[in-house]
Amino acid sequence: MTAPTPLVGVVLVSHSAAVAEAVAGLATALTGGGTDVLVEPAGGGPDGGLGTSSELIASAARSVDRGAGVAVLADLGSAVLTVKALLADDELPDGTRLVDAPFLEGAVAAVVTASAGADLTAVEAAAAEAYTYRKT
Amino acid sequence: MNALPADGPEIDAAFLRRWLDTAADVIEREAARLDDLDSPIGDADHGGNMRRGFIAARTAVGQEPPDTPGGVLVAVGRQLISTVGGASGPLYGTLLRRAGKELGDEPAVSAARLRDALKAGVDGVAQLGGAAVGDKTMLDALYPALDALSGALDAGASTADALSAAAAAADTGATATIPLRARKGRASYLGERSIDHQDPGATSAALLLNALSDTATGTAA
Repeated sequence: MTAPTPLVGVVLVSHSAAVAEAVAGLATALTGGGTDVLVEPAGGGPDGGLGTSSELIASAARSVDRGAGVAVLADLGSAVLTVKALLADDELPDGTRLVDAPFLEGAVAAVVTASAGADLTAVEAAAAEAYTYRKT
Repeated sequence: MNALPADGPEIDAAFLRRWLDTAADVIEREAARLDDLDSPIGDADHGGNMRRGFIAARTAVGQEPPDTPGGVLVAVGRQLISTVGGASGPLYGTLLRRAGKELGDEPAVSAARLRDALKAGVDGVAQLGGAAVGDKTMLDALYPALDALSGALDAGASTADALSAAAAAADTGATATIPLRARKGRASYLGERSIDHQDPGATSAALLLNALSDTATGTAA
């Protein structure tokens, strides 16, 4: 009998707190009931308005870190750049990765995959694969 | 009386703290203009964001003054990343932290060392944002400023004169963004509509370099 594998955490960084929370809620709802989900929204700027807060991102990453890695998805400009700057300065937990994926579709894929116990590489691949789903 | 000595490694922590004071003052004074420049091609918050960042940086450095020039730059960069809230935070934050780390623990550095450190920082910005000169970004002020700084120092100019040349080149570079079409950031979505507007990031970069020049000549307000 082995201990359960720790889940990968997911952080959703948006310019808007409402967007980050709603996407986290949608992704969680789509994992189905009863599963463990480690997803944390990090939306809005340092003043609570639209923008990006590095402190919110860092605390969200710490809160979903169970040692299996953290997948970070970001929406636009400063959200992406701030995550990169934090990673460059080792200010996010070990095993944190910025995932190159569409924000909403990628978040759903990442959260569902993570909730099934997949490792960080599989979570990243699932999120990135959302780019390949054409809509027309 | 705050002017630099004529020779020797003259840039120390006190010099860069004076730069920070001057920069925070000029950003405060020009915040509304930066917002106005950001209004037609961005979301009109560049000035407000920069003001928030530089006030936080001045407060943090005032409370725990670093005793090396590298330490001041790293501290300011860190504050900008955590408080600006827009793309200029991680970009300027990366510039200053990278430059500060290049300077290491030295208690004072020459203008040539500062130039090399700033070059490393600006290269870090270009890498982070994936932009180049001509894309209508802060790099359009920063790279010409570095070139002018290098040229002046290589020609034997004093630190104050070299920084003055850098500031003038940054001003020219910022103005030269007016006819450019944005190729990076949100302004790039506007296509042709981004033309005929001066880039707010290049403008704030020129303000920061003018603050550095004013610090060196002792003309800072």
